[in-house]
Amino acid sequence: MTKMLAAMFQGTLVSLEIFLLTLVFALPLALPAAFARMSRNRLASGLTNGYLLVMRGTPLILQLIFVYFAPFYLLGISFNRFVAVIVAYVLNYAAYFAEIYRGGIESIPAGQYEAAKVLGFTRAQTFFRIVLPQVVKRIIPASGNEVITLVKDTALAQTIGVAELFRTAQNASARQFSTMPIFVAGVFYFVMNWVVSLVFARIEKKLSYYR
Amino acid sequence: MEVIRVENLEKTFGTLEVLRGISFSVHQGEVLAVIGPSGSGKSTLLRCITHLETVSGGTVSIGGEYMVQNGVYAPASVLRSICLNVGLVFQNFNLFPHFSVLRNITEAQIHVLRRSKKDAERRAHDLLAKMGLSDKESAYPFELSGGQQQRVSIARALALDPEVLFFDEPTSALDPELTGEILKVIRDLARENMTMVIVTHEMFFARDVADRVIFMDNGVIVEEGPASLVIGNPESDRTKSFLARFTGQDQDYSV
Repeated sequence: MTKMLAAMFQGTLVSLEIFLLTLVFALPLALPAAFARMSRNRLASGLTNGYLLVMRGTPLILQLIFVYFAPFYLLGISFNRFVAVIVAYVLNYAAYFAEIYRGGIESIPAGQYEAAKVLGFTRAQTFFRIVLPQVVKRIIPASGNEVITLVKDTALAQTIGVAELFRTAQNASARQFSTMPIFVAGVFYFVMNWVVSLVFARIEKKLSYYR
Repeated sequence: MEVIRVENLEKTFGTLEVLRGISFSVHQGEVLAVIGPSGSGKSTLLRCITHLETVSGGTVSIGGEYMVQNGVYAPASVLRSICLNVGLVFQNFNLFPHFSVLRNITEAQIHVLRRSKKDAERRAHDLLAKMGLSDKESAYPFELSGGQQQRVSIARALALDPEVLFFDEPTSALDPELTGEILKVIRDLARENMTMVIVTHEMFFARDVADRVIFMDNGVIVEEGPASLVIGNPESDRTKSFLARFTGQDQDYSV
């Protein structure tokens, strides 16, 4: 039992690593993607739209397999499995976050930009001082959904052989001829997402000082 | 001294001619009211002079400098400093909801005019006292009534010391009770010789506070002259028929 739990904590660490690295890269990367999508430059917005369509229109598990195997078949090189997982997840999640950002940015009334312009703010000042703080507040609920989904999506990493939490549980289950470890893993995921929910509730509360 | 000079200003949206050759000027210390029916181009005129819209042709000079000359704009660097000479108060206030009242007024002073935080806050204190809002410094816009929000937005515009302050229907989003408090603030500013251009539907207020009135219709200036004449005794039939709707609604706005 303790041996199984120890293995599962090990797996949880791998899941958390995937989770955190994905957020660290996908959250900032989504901003230029959102801008490119909103750009008046047809090429930029068209290419970005294509990227968003593919990433949101095909299964993550397929993208994962593609990122891991395509370099091998096309170029004869292969990445470390873990790196492939991060690349695939970042590309996928940046697409979702980009659309959330776009929705947030486009929801800011034109009057805010006009007031800022008349007061002499530069475009960069307007974005970072006036628009972005209001966007952050508006996108928190939608982002919370994505982050919770990401916690559960880390389970897909086993498809290309990364031993995260769910794979560890399945291994334990096979060894013990019992489904119990799978349910234990369920509790692990639940607790992680509980924490995520608490964090988001806290951020929302913190930003509730204005409307 | 002329603070604003507009010559032959034209603005088209696609094929729609919204402004068709507008010319007028505003002198230092003068209060000019712009009246006219909806769609006459009053707001567009204000938005062109405050550079929220790009003109299609004509000339606008502010404080003796050309913002746009015969349809050609000043270079971007100059343009920004020219535009800082005009302030604009919006119909819907457009306060920054995530900033406190104080920060709404100090933010541009600090980051656009590069004033020290201390100076900016002192200026904000003075303006808020003048607006009767000293106790609202740390409030957020959503906690204020419409009239209070509009007074904050007037303070925010005044804090940058513009040569001219424009008002785009400053009381249209307010109920009659709150309208009075905004009109009082404008009247006080007029007494201090603040140069102002006010687009308004408050005819009797325009008559009482404005030195001069411009009546616009269909993208042109139909009539222009001293307030008492244009509103009290208009020459053109168009002005007469427009103003006929307002008779009998005389109100006392002096608070």
